Amino acid sequence: MMALVLEAVVLGVLIGGVYALMASGLTLIFGVMRIINVGHGALVILGAYLSFALFRSLHIDPFLTLVVTVPAMFALGVLIQFIFIRPLRTDREALSVLVTYALALGIEGVLGYVFTTNYVELRAWYETASFPIFGFYVTWVYVFGFVLCLAVLGALFLMLYRTAFGGAVRATMLNRTAAQLIGVDVDRVSALAFGVGMATAAAGGVVFGLTNAFNPGSHYDLISRLLTIIVLGGLGSLRGAVIAALIMLITTEVAAVLISPVWASFVFFAILVAVLIVRPQGLYGVRVRERI
Amino acid sequence: MSLLEISELSKRFGGVVAVDRCSLAVPAGSITGLIGPNGSGKTTVFNLVTGFLPRDSGQIRFKSHSIAGLGPDRVYGLGIGRTFQLARIFPRLTALENMLVPVRRAGFRALLSRGQWGHEKEHAMEMLDFMDISQVAGTLGGALSYGQRKLLELAAVMMARPELVLLDEPAGGVNPVLLERIAEHIRQLNRQGVTFLLVEHNMSFVMNLCHDVVVLQQGKVIATGKPREIRENPAVLDAYLGT
Amino acid sequence: MSRTVALKALGLVALAVLALLLPIIAPDPATTNVAVFTMMYVGLATAWNIMGGYTGYISLGHAAFFGFGAYSLGLLLNHLPIAPGYGPFFLVPVAGLLAALLAVGIGWVALRTRAATFVIVTIAFMFMLQLLAENLVKLTGGGAGLSLPYPRDWGGDFFNTPYYYAMLALAVLALVVSWWIRRSKFGLGLLAIRDDEDKALAVGVPTRSFKLTAFVISAALVGMIGAVYGYYVTFIYPQFVIDPLIGISMVLMVFLGGLGTLSGPVLGALLLEPAQLQFAYHFGASRLYLVLYSAVFLVVILLMPRGIIPSVADLWHRWRRRRAAGPTASARGARKAVKAASP
Repeated sequence: MMALVLEAVVLGVLIGGVYALMASGLTLIFGVMRIINVGHGALVILGAYLSFALFRSLHIDPFLTLVVTVPAMFALGVLIQFIFIRPLRTDREALSVLVTYALALGIEGVLGYVFTTNYVELRAWYETASFPIFGFYVTWVYVFGFVLCLAVLGALFLMLYRTAFGGAVRATMLNRTAAQLIGVDVDRVSALAFGVGMATAAAGGVVFGLTNAFNPGSHYDLISRLLTIIVLGGLGSLRGAVIAALIMLITTEVAAVLISPVWASFVFFAILVAVLIVRPQGLYGVRVRERI
Repeated sequence: MSLLEISELSKRFGGVVAVDRCSLAVPAGSITGLIGPNGSGKTTVFNLVTGFLPRDSGQIRFKSHSIAGLGPDRVYGLGIGRTFQLARIFPRLTALENMLVPVRRAGFRALLSRGQWGHEKEHAMEMLDFMDISQVAGTLGGALSYGQRKLLELAAVMMARPELVLLDEPAGGVNPVLLERIAEHIRQLNRQGVTFLLVEHNMSFVMNLCHDVVVLQQGKVIATGKPREIRENPAVLDAYLGT
Repeated sequence: MSRTVALKALGLVALAVLALLLPIIAPDPATTNVAVFTMMYVGLATAWNIMGGYTGYISLGHAAFFGFGAYSLGLLLNHLPIAPGYGPFFLVPVAGLLAALLAVGIGWVALRTRAATFVIVTIAFMFMLQLLAENLVKLTGGGAGLSLPYPRDWGGDFFNTPYYYAMLALAVLALVVSWWIRRSKFGLGLLAIRDDEDKALAVGVPTRSFKLTAFVISAALVGMIGAVYGYYVTFIYPQFVIDPLIGISMVLMVFLGGLGTLSGPVLGALLLEPAQLQFAYHFGASRLYLVLYSAVFLVVILLMPRGIIPSVADLWHRWRRRRAAGPTASARGARKAVKAASP
């Protein structure tokens, strides 16, 4: 039993890394633009399918597809923000939910048309290779995926805290108007931030695709988990997103072992409810009185 | 008798001490001014009193009862109204509807009964008339000029007949004519028994209107007294002009 | 002015008469089926608007109450000795009451957060309920679904009719409640919360209890409609009755028609639901359906962000103002302006 729990914890950490990556893009987008990108799950799936298409036609290692998908998704993100998000002037928070949901549906439809609704998976030629640790086996694919997530997250943090652009992003997140007053082009920052969010979705998509079978409809389950994670972590907080992802995934993996896999999903959402009762702003969120 | 009594009130935001063991008393029936250089904690005191911010320590007593920890809606229900630095009204409601929003007693029947509704509308039109803005009763709040909004904000706050009104920069952003109107409205309401505590930077406004003045600097009270005394107080001059 | 009021009243009466006589005018089951679903969404959209439109708190998890109502009625009918027929309709308010109780629980937690988080929390609760429905197999039948008894003696052509009237009654109830709230001080408080929640607090509006009340009322109505739906389709599955698409449809209809207005949700439902049903019929499970749906969705939101009713009302007012000013007045104004501008 102990070994199973330990294995669950390790698995939780590894998978938590993927979700941390995907959630970080989502919370970044909220922090900068104050919009809830309900289509983020669909964008991750899109990234997974793009990698899948490249992988299927070129037979390369899925990780290598990132060279193409990350810049492509980044550009797509900037475009989406420009066409669909920026025109929303009034009621932005509410309308963006609908717009991004519509985008998600559209992406689901297109993907279904191109790839059909059969489940597919990204495969690496070394996918069955594993190594023993603490008495159970961990597949290398999971580890590589985790390393990739760490790398991308690290790059993200570096960008945010060490570059001028990152400073502009953080300024916009803290106070949009004040940032404008000190000369930050918030529109440009928003577009680029959305692009960054999409780039992380591309990376997340590869790892997600390597560790899960997916089809166009997978985005529902995915986005519900991602949204839960960012609320738990505190909307707009990157640190919160990462920690929340780890907590959520470790707990659900352990619950799957200790209770049953069927109830593990329920536990996922139940954690959110429990935390919100005590701390409505999430772990690292700020109790905001919007304007005083 | 002090209507509002604040003692040893403190509030810090991270490393910044916004309000530092502040103690002051607002006599019933007075118009008291709260002045001080920018960043001295005046609006923070307002937010603490009206329940928008939780205090770190200290007492806030209204009519001898502690109100610390109550939410803004409860505070209003007890009889303390406030206006905001940038006049806040409901932009998608008409001026009249703005007047009808304030809730003094959230009793079930009070909210549902039609009889009281008509009565309220009458009272609202009276207040709008008192402020000389009854002609815009049907205009959406968002379409009003800034001066009209300021008057509407005060009129709406007065709907539930509060005993104490906290005014945050009532003279901010208004032309001299409107300024005199606002001062006159405050005096009239004061004569009817309303106590005022106002934060203001416009010194002549304060000196002409207020009975008592409290001076804050860096969250601490550095002087209290009559306007004349304050004007000649070296500590006050130092606070405003000093390093 | 009184001419528009008279026209409006006449239009309303005409619509009411049409709605009442519909099953008699067009009794074929295909049409009445569309009528049942359309009236269902009129009610759903109106009920959702009470929370989302008036307070500005967007709930994307309302499908939870819809499904909960359906399951409530289903379980009641399966465990109580009530003969199928007209009897079960009298249990619908019970389903509504149960949905209201659920809403108190969900709302108490969800409303602890601000508007942006609220959206997500409602989604989370919806998925939790769906998971419960799927996993509490002994209670709900799980993924295999729950069957409801249906009146076997209602002939083929007649079957849809009682359900239509039930939906109509609920839609009218939702409209009356919505209208009444709009005119009350409570309703003003809700609109104030939408405009500026902190300012509303500052003038004494008890925002938490107001929001919770609106949420519960909205949920009760949706629950009742869900119950009638369950009884109509006679077999309910967790993912089809606690379905995010139902939840998003009612939201889209309200946004299309005009958030916060009384007629907006009705218009949105009348336009979208028949179209949705037609789409589903012709394109079915084809992926193209989703793409088209999404495209329509996006066009509507980007071109008419405030919805049809407010945009049309705007145009109407502008047209009337120009007419009142008269052609000569505007020409005079133009000449004046030209004079003033020249040196």
